[in-house]
Amino acid sequence: MEMLFEEEQQQIQAISDRLQKDSNAIAVLVINKDGQEIARSGQTSDLDITSLSSLFAGNVAATGEIAKFLREEEFGGQFHEGTKQNVHISVVARRAILVVIFDGRSSLGLVRLRVRKATEEMTKIFDALVKKIAAQQAAGIGGGSQLPGEITDEDIDKLFGE
Amino acid sequence: MSFINYSAREINCKIVYYGPGLCGKTTNLKYIYEKTNPDAKGKMITLATETERTLFFDFLPLSLGEIRGFKTRFHLYTVPGQVFYDASRKLILKGVDGVVFVADSQVARFEANIESLENLRSNLQEQGYNLDKLPYVVQYNKRDMAEVSSVEELRRELNPNNVPDFEAVASTGVGVFETLKAVAKQVLTELKRGTGG
Ligand SMILES: Nc1nc2c(ncn2[C@@H]2O[C@H](COP(=O)(O)OP(=O)(O)O)[C@@H](O)[C@H]2O)c(=O)[nH]1
Ligand SMILES: [Mg+2]
Repeated sequence: MEMLFEEEQQQIQAISDRLQKDSNAIAVLVINKDGQEIARSGQTSDLDITSLSSLFAGNVAATGEIAKFLREEEFGGQFHEGTKQNVHISVVARRAILVVIFDGRSSLGLVRLRVRKATEEMTKIFDALVKKIAAQQAAGIGGGSQLPGEITDEDIDKLFGE
Repeated sequence: MSFINYSAREINCKIVYYGPGLCGKTTNLKYIYEKTNPDAKGKMITLATETERTLFFDFLPLSLGEIRGFKTRFHLYTVPGQVFYDASRKLILKGVDGVVFVADSQVARFEANIESLENLRSNLQEQGYNLDKLPYVVQYNKRDMAEVSSVEELRRELNPNNVPDFEAVASTGVGVFETLKAVAKQVLTELKRGTGG
């Protein structure tokens, strides 16, 4: 079970916000490797975040696998150039995907620079999160006691209108 | 891997539809998509070849409602069935919480089912999963076709451990939601176990 707590989400959100501003980007997305959203910043209201997250995750998984077949450790990042928009995709701490969508008001050089800084900062938070979850599990809290109370059979049945 | 986001108050789970080529995995998702309220579903994504064979995956996000103030979201994926797409299948299994094995009931596809199930087992194993410990259901699809194996025969080969199984005609929707509910329920029950509930 993978978990994201309010505290870390807010820290990642803050880094994502700053990255979007500092790089003059249209939008920034932070996604976990399974394709679920962690944070979003900038102009995202017209984006289908759920679909995009799944596609970015599929893309990164495929690219990572290609790297293995070519005996590359990992490709540093990906850049897709469109006519109006460009996308920069990179992996953070092996567990999250950082996506920057930008146009002519920014540049690849600037995006790369800011992404590097944001990646360093986010890596610290993800490392801390992993330790926190491990510590909780060792203490037998298992993250569980904080979950929606305890899930009961009735809760599950209700979900299916039974 | 189920993903609990305390900040967004969401539980996210991943369900993968597995099975031999043309057994009806994409058809299951299409039917679910058609019959689900607009507010409970996102866009269905299909990465297919020009001849509508799944190339990488199909993806359908569903929101089933809330448990104790947490939105439960299910991400349904299908894999490409053809043997040579094995690398893609492995990628899609990453982080899986529950598996639906869709079997093609046609006599001519009997061996293909067995092969695909073996492939599922070994691909899971490679990633440290054990099919016998995962939420898992079996669907015998295409029950409407002319030359089909009996359910008993299929069950003997494909479901020796007696996990929940369902007869289906995915193209008309028979058995589709029963299958989905059964696997979703197992996934949530597993989560409940993880939470000491
Ligand atoms: N007669 C019949 N055809 C089906 C059924 N389920 C799927 N099909 C058809 O079988 C073909 C392959 O289905 P598809 O979902 O693309 O298979 P996939 O490769 O597993 O994704 C399509 O033409 C479907 O319309 C079924 O239950 N009965
Ligand atoms: Mg398909």
